[in-house]
Amino acid sequence: MLDINQIRNDFPILQQTVNGKPLVYFDNAATTQKPMQVIDRMSRYYKNENSNVHRGVHYLSQVATEAYEASRTYIANYIHASDPSEIVFTRGTTESINLVASVFESFIKEEDEIVITSMEHHSNLVPWQQLCFRTGARLVVVKASVDGELDTREFEKALNDKTRLVAIAHISNVLGTINPVKEITRLAHAAGSVVVIDGAQAIAHLPVNVADIDCEFYAFSGHKTYAPMGIGVLYGKKKWLEKLSPYQYGGEMIESVRFDKTIFNSLPYKFEAGTPNVAGALGLEEAMRYIAGFGVDEIKQYEDKLMDYATGELKKLEGMQIIGTAKQKAAVISFVIEGIHAYDLGTLLDKMGVALRTGNHCAQPLVESYGLTSTVRISLAMYNTLEEIDIFMGALQKAVSMLR
Amino acid sequence: MTIQKKENAIVEEFRLFDDWMDKYAHLIELGKELPLIDEKYKTNQYLISGCQSRVWLFAELDNDGKIIFTADSDAVITKGIISLLIRALSGHTPKEILDAGLGFLDEIGLKEHLSPTRANGLVSMIKQIQFYARAFQLKSRIKK
Repeated sequence: MLDINQIRNDFPILQQTVNGKPLVYFDNAATTQKPMQVIDRMSRYYKNENSNVHRGVHYLSQVATEAYEASRTYIANYIHASDPSEIVFTRGTTESINLVASVFESFIKEEDEIVITSMEHHSNLVPWQQLCFRTGARLVVVKASVDGELDTREFEKALNDKTRLVAIAHISNVLGTINPVKEITRLAHAAGSVVVIDGAQAIAHLPVNVADIDCEFYAFSGHKTYAPMGIGVLYGKKKWLEKLSPYQYGGEMIESVRFDKTIFNSLPYKFEAGTPNVAGALGLEEAMRYIAGFGVDEIKQYEDKLMDYATGELKKLEGMQIIGTAKQKAAVISFVIEGIHAYDLGTLLDKMGVALRTGNHCAQPLVESYGLTSTVRISLAMYNTLEEIDIFMGALQKAVSMLR
Repeated sequence: MTIQKKENAIVEEFRLFDDWMDKYAHLIELGKELPLIDEKYKTNQYLISGCQSRVWLFAELDNDGKIIFTADSDAVITKGIISLLIRALSGHTPKEILDAGLGFLDEIGLKEHLSPTRANGLVSMIKQIQFYARAFQLKSRIKK
């Protein structure tokens, strides 16, 4: 059992009031809050260890380099990568996906196909769409059912010998659906395609095992998993990372430079041009240690309890429509209430101290497929409580009565 | 009545409400009133898209050289704020509109709705109002 009070005490930001009301933070799919352990780790780095990493001969540079590389190793083990060199530090999921979409261009030709799903975040949609525009390849979209589920048979139909790449979210940021990424990877491999998984919403809520999924690439952000903003990871199978050309050029990523030629550094440095976000990497390691301390399975179980309770309470409201009713869901509930605009609800709930999100959640094609322009979304984390759901429901009912 | 006087009247009107709930309830009432725009103008041509709520704005010049604004939104709170803006600005000359400070929204505690990050279309709406005013101003100068 998780001791939620203890956990809440680790998050200083949760203690504050907003508009005179205790903060209820239900916008975790946008970004999670940071525990003291993470904040302290970053602060300790800047107080005692700050130095530029790699190649420095002095003491601090070695301390910083060792800490940075130890973070890489920890993260590699955490997601079951086979080697730390398969972990490329980036700014976040968006950069990770753009990196692949950019350097994968040389493997794509006209007539090829890239398969995505209708529930992708713009960050796992636009990079592939633009890659298709650049190369003349075709973007194939597998549509989710009205419940927000992907039918693997539909996926099979979309795959053929022209398919070069399949890009799919592990968990939908709008619907909360947990997609069968392992099965889809198996199908994609059978068609000879590589698989890129957008793990932004999964990393804090599910055990992630890239060896088990067997995907070629897996991207996630630190800030959605209790770590700082500005740090993220691209996991790539060594075989693939070696094949790909560098994404950006500059310091760190070179082995030797002459005016007539440059030899690039080995993995993963080949993809890490410029001074990296060392404090961010250390913060990410600390966040993962923090989660591991409780156990992701335990966290998932607790968050499921919160989600089921909130879903049940929401369904009692008149005119309620839950958007995304897949059997396998995690931590996210989107909804609309008949005759009431999401923006109005969000505005009034904010006045009552509840932080949630309204809009299209950077997944415009998906939201529009439901005939909507926006939804209200609550997204939960390990520090949320049943009591907070009650506060939220009370505030929601008040808002609805004001708007009806 | 000058725009400033109308703004002052709105500030006075909102002074009646002690807490945010009454204030918003009033705003919602204003928003629920009859459509503020002819349905035929609720088309993409007059749409100002904010990603959160949509706003439609139409402007025409009357015989006295004053601009008449009509507008609507799909979100009722946004619409309530629009009705305040229209009450203050509609029926004035382009110059008067361009000179208006619109400080009243801040004074009645609705400034947050004018933040570009809320993406509710209000900031773009005010820009569009000023754009109309400038365009009508230019048009009348050319005529002269």
